[in-house]
Amino acid sequence: MAYIKVEEGIPGIRSLFKFSPETGKPLCDLAEVLLRGPSPLSSSERELIAAFVSNRNNCMFCMNSHAAAARFLFDEDKQVVDDLLKNQTADSLSPKMKALLWIAGKVQSNGKSVTPEDIENARKEGANDTDIHDTVLIAASFSMFNRYVDGLDSYTPANEEDYLEMGKRMGQKGYHI
Amino acid sequence: MPHIDVDKTLPGIRSLMAFRPETAKPLSALAEILLRDTEGLSPAERELIGTYVSYLNDCFYCHHSHGEIAVCYLDGDRDLVEAVRHNYKEAPISEKLKSLLQIAGKVQKSGKSVTPEDIENARQHGATDRDIHDTVLIAAAFCLFNRYVDGLASIAPQDLSTYPERARQIVEHGYGSHIYSKQAESPKPKA
Repeated sequence: MAYIKVEEGIPGIRSLFKFSPETGKPLCDLAEVLLRGPSPLSSSERELIAAFVSNRNNCMFCMNSHAAAARFLFDEDKQVVDDLLKNQTADSLSPKMKALLWIAGKVQSNGKSVTPEDIENARKEGANDTDIHDTVLIAASFSMFNRYVDGLDSYTPANEEDYLEMGKRMGQKGYHI
Repeated sequence: MPHIDVDKTLPGIRSLMAFRPETAKPLSALAEILLRDTEGLSPAERELIGTYVSYLNDCFYCHHSHGEIAVCYLDGDRDLVEAVRHNYKEAPISEKLKSLLQIAGKVQKSGKSVTPEDIENARQHGATDRDIHDTVLIAAAFCLFNRYVDGLASIAPQDLSTYPERARQIVEHGYGSHIYSKQAESPKPKA
């Protein structure tokens, strides 16, 4: 049971959007532009950053749903998602993605912990200003979404399979309400 | 030095919004509805929650800029804002706001650290579902804003006398695109 009276049976953040459509609108717009809008990073890479940060924040709803979206978008390369989230290995990812995930991990703990060396390292692997900007903002945004979902104790389906359809829908249709 | 090539004449989040207007739009719309809505919590209470969370996150730019906005709404009562930053439990504010600041402080650490007892305590002091929702989302949103501002090392002016003028702009004109446009330092009044 969520801490506030939301509609039963609607999972995670969707129940909160329904409770408060006024704030749901800019939150969905943010997710859409950040994860689907024009960016040098692919949608699958951006979903992976989102799932990675949510995993570190121990937010099972966001982690499972964005991991499912990432698996859908990575398609035949979907093993990279489980390699990263379950086996803790980034070996199958590009050096650039590894450097960006390192920055995302820093942002998850605290913005100040990102160092000039972290940025320099990402640049050496080919990241540009927009890659770095988008990585930091995705990691920061999921530091919000995760707290919103768990801070109100919203309904979190337990099994990975429960997120399959959700991930497909997020992959195909994005985040328009 | 900011980590990316932003307009160095703009401070903090304003420089990042100018760099990426696509994401600035939903971020400023979120700030506008969350911090200036007058249903339930007042704009002053909302800004105090944002200031407190930014202070806990040690985000110099955000806790000073939102602290100044709260000062504006509170008719210049800087002592009250200082008291909330440093020890809200002893501050001259309502018990309801204290119970909500307790929830906000939990959210700052982790969403999971909010307990049913924290929620029950807020309800006993008169908080509604809407108040609790808005408190959690304001606290969560500042965990975004603070990380965005510091994660890209945007410029935080050290001269505190520059903060009140920008605060007045927000109080008068809100969180619209004027805050990151080229005319940010001298906004035109609303038509």
